[in-house]
Amino acid sequence: MNANDTALALRDVVKEYPGGVAALRGVSIEIGRGEQVAVVGPSGSGKTTMLAIMGTLERASSGEVRVRGRDVAAASDADLAGLRAHEIGFVFQAFHLQDTMTAIDNVALGMLYTGDPLKLRREAAREALERVGLGPRLHFKPKQLSGGERQRVAIARAIAKRPMIILADEPTGNLDSASGAEVTRLLHGLADDGATLGLITHDETVAAGFPRRLQMHDGEIVADVSA
Amino acid sequence: MSVPATVPRARIGIARLPVRELFGTALAGLSTRRLRAALSALGIAIGIGAMVAVVGVSSSTQANLLSEIDALGTNLLTVTPGQTFSGNNVALPHTALAMIAHMQHVAGDVAVYQVPSANVYRTPLVPSDQTGAIGVDATGARLPRVMGVSVATGHFLNAIAGRYPEAVLGAEAAQVLQITHVAGHLLIDLGNTWFSVVGILHPILLDSTLDSNVYISLPVAQRMFHIGANPSEIYLRANVNHVGGVSGLLAPTADPQQPEGVNVSRPSDALEARAAAKGQFTTLLLGLGGVALLVGAIGIINIMVISVLERRSEIGLRRALGATRRHISLQFLAESAMLAAIGGVTGLALGAGATQIYASTKHEPFVVPLYALIAAPVAGFLIGVVAGIYPAARAAQLSPTEALRT
Repeated sequence: MNANDTALALRDVVKEYPGGVAALRGVSIEIGRGEQVAVVGPSGSGKTTMLAIMGTLERASSGEVRVRGRDVAAASDADLAGLRAHEIGFVFQAFHLQDTMTAIDNVALGMLYTGDPLKLRREAAREALERVGLGPRLHFKPKQLSGGERQRVAIARAIAKRPMIILADEPTGNLDSASGAEVTRLLHGLADDGATLGLITHDETVAAGFPRRLQMHDGEIVADVSA
Repeated sequence: MSVPATVPRARIGIARLPVRELFGTALAGLSTRRLRAALSALGIAIGIGAMVAVVGVSSSTQANLLSEIDALGTNLLTVTPGQTFSGNNVALPHTALAMIAHMQHVAGDVAVYQVPSANVYRTPLVPSDQTGAIGVDATGARLPRVMGVSVATGHFLNAIAGRYPEAVLGAEAAQVLQITHVAGHLLIDLGNTWFSVVGILHPILLDSTLDSNVYISLPVAQRMFHIGANPSEIYLRANVNHVGGVSGLLAPTADPQQPEGVNVSRPSDALEARAAAKGQFTTLLLGLGGVALLVGAIGIINIMVISVLERRSEIGLRRALGATRRHISLQFLAESAMLAAIGGVTGLALGAGATQIYASTKHEPFVVPLYALIAAPVAGFLIGVVAGIYPAARAAQLSPTEALRT
């Protein structure tokens, strides 16, 4: 695979926590641009740690991590923050919406650290919310929205800045199956635009919809299946 | 669902947070916890309010004293005998008063002559060593006008006093002699002679040493006590616009031969200095304000640390959204600083209100120094910044993975 076509590359990545607990024991993987990858595995298998390392939220204890060709180990905290601000969108299981802010302000918050002016951010936020089907709910606060709608706001927040990489950690984990299916469909549709999608799930039916699936166990990738 | 095409950005950017957004974020952070923010700002408000009140009350008192001094007049000058360079005491020449009276810009003048041989008693039965520290001075009818004082009762020495043994008491002398009014035929024993008391003066604010004297007329003093012709003090009013010039010329005019042996002073200077000293804030009260401020600052540190712990997931989210450690610490610093600045402004209002109440009950002018208007919010802001350092550093140290914890 050409380096320009690689969105994420991990080589022999080990992550150890103080006390000697190894969350990742030598993970090597390349994910190409526009690829959609589901990560499955039991609790404690290292899925979330791998996602955090891919998203530059954490640094590997050893091994090499490249995000769009940039060496994470050599980058400063501010460099990585810049990378996250502009190129990586996160979707969390717990949504992490700000209760006091309306949907549109929550989405605009997703672009706060790009340094774009508020007017531009709100315009992009409105657009993103319309894309996830929440055009009529722009000024609703999270408490006035259903679980599925909240996660769609969170997805809008992740995509409003048009990131190259979208990382989702159990985005359907807190949702009923109908809302979950809607959210999954949405994520697939968004990634079809060319962004790379990495998604952690417990749900086999969610994983089945992905062209590539990684199976993790005890901090290692035990299976890498492409449909 | 209609999905307009999105083109992923190709550029790799840096994380930025414009200053306006920083304060907007901080304000939003504070407004979500209004009661808590208000209570912790109150700590600072009380401290700053106490300090503003101390400064305001003392400024008001000082302004009041200065306006009283202004009413008395700052153009009074005093000429007294002094010492030559060689240390010899020099008496004022007997011509001094006449010379000064001829000066330009001198509006009124009066000389006082000490009568050292005379003591004053309520009756001759009082033991002679109980003088009550009352001095006897001979002077002219102009003394009350020059000193800006009126009689509390009776009248001052007039033309008749030049022929008869009449006396006027200074306020303190009257108190020592226990004489409060001059109704009837009131006599005192002055230099073994009966003198009739014709008046009592109000306190002389510009020179309170004159209050403990008893005044008799110059002709009577010369005739009965054979005093010398050298004045012990000369008081004069200069034209208000020429006080400096007159003051400079007084010594050579009073004694052209030995001008260095003449002391010239301006009693209002001493009073103004005393007013300034009274206007100085009481250190103890300021210290108490400082303690309140310290407690307030600790309260802010406390509340900000709690806030950081409570908002771990928000901090994690912000880090995931691209905030640098610096952005996070700046956000919490800004919150802390705004909190304390709001406290500072509130404290200024509280302190000014307290000063207003004090001034109106004391009928003094309401004065809050201009610098307090700027210093109060600025001090609040700076205290907030200092108090925010530790919580902000803790916030910045939190791991970005906090948002992944559910």
